[in-house]
Amino acid sequence: MTIKLEQHIDPQLIPVLEKVHDPEIPVLSIMDMGVVRSAQYHDDVVEVKITPTYSGCPAMDVIGDDIVNAFKAINVKAKVSLVLSPAWTTDWITPKGRQALEKYGVAAPLNEEADKAALLGNKRIVKCTNCGSSNTKLVSQFGSTACKALFQCEDCLEPFDYFKCLK
Amino acid sequence: MKNENKIQYIYGIADNALILGQRLSELCGHGPSLETDIATTNMALDLLGQTRSYYQYVAQLSGEEKTEDDIAFLRTERQYKNVLLVEQPNVHFGYVITRQFLYDVFHLLLLQELQNSNDEMLSAIAKKAIKEVSYHQRFSSDWIKRLGDGTDESREKVQEAVNDLWKFTDELFHMTDDDKIAVESGIGVDVTTLKDKYHQIVKEILEEATLMVPEVKWFQKGGKQGVHSEHMGYLLADLQYMQRTYPNMKW
Repeated sequence: MTIKLEQHIDPQLIPVLEKVHDPEIPVLSIMDMGVVRSAQYHDDVVEVKITPTYSGCPAMDVIGDDIVNAFKAINVKAKVSLVLSPAWTTDWITPKGRQALEKYGVAAPLNEEADKAALLGNKRIVKCTNCGSSNTKLVSQFGSTACKALFQCEDCLEPFDYFKCLK
Repeated sequence: MKNENKIQYIYGIADNALILGQRLSELCGHGPSLETDIATTNMALDLLGQTRSYYQYVAQLSGEEKTEDDIAFLRTERQYKNVLLVEQPNVHFGYVITRQFLYDVFHLLLLQELQNSNDEMLSAIAKKAIKEVSYHQRFSSDWIKRLGDGTDESREKVQEAVNDLWKFTDELFHMTDDDKIAVESGIGVDVTTLKDKYHQIVKEILEEATLMVPEVKWFQKGGKQGVHSEHMGYLLADLQYMQRTYPNMKW
């Protein structure tokens, strides 16, 4: 079952939020990642609520600071808090975000069933971000960060990260 | 339910995540291969992240001016309520994987029930953690099979770890007074109901790994009451060193 992302974002704040990027995947804005749950003016302070991707993701603290700084740059005070429920899922990454990931060299998450097959090494379905071949193998279930697994292409030999499906 | 009982109940869950996370962190830069090094430290990160969510909640419940860091770093040994299993040392990779596997199976069963807690915060943390812990269990089960059904040496070593660590598994299903109060008020999980399912899953995977299930009749417990094994003091000395030596230091 897919849980829909419910966002309450004041449209005039979107351009600022789009300038804040994931420090570990700099091509992805926090809007593309689908971690912003709400952003509203309360008097003259912007209150932003974000959802962590993984519980221990060190990027979340940095993202919080970056949001505050992005608003500070336009002389607006911002306050950031974390919302745990409903938990973040990779379904909330926008189509634009998925494209940016692939272009950056990180394979975008497959659907839940395909993801399981790929990570158990049963099926060769994760496409190489370098040459597009599906002849790839799992090297490690954990990659450079908790949200990624490491794959290698057997055709062009390129190693690459795969963004794991999280549901 | 009094806040103090609730806090103690949360320690019973959260301290397991902290202490196992600390044990796994010790492998940072020391894993037997790059991939396993990264995997164990990534799991440590997940567990420490979960710990933070629980401790932030405890800090809020305590009504004092406490922070998550005070809870992690400034309690004494007897105040930690983790089970003995998670504090056992990283003797060799077979131990690391076995300890992980024996805890992961329990952890996932616990979280699957905890998500139905009538405490909104605990339910939210559980729902989040389930996604991470399912992945941990997949990783550790995979390695149990690989080591058990691997070479003579890997099989011997992982069997040794299973035999040694098995005596700590029964404590997982022991209920403290705070656990009982938490169950009665609908926020906690009755862990005794998880035991059969736990043994079924563990046995299935050990058998697939061609490993023997130990026939131990005596089980060690105490951690949930704060009575720990000798390893805990050394672990805490490491964990708390900076805050004890330089009180209130910040990065």
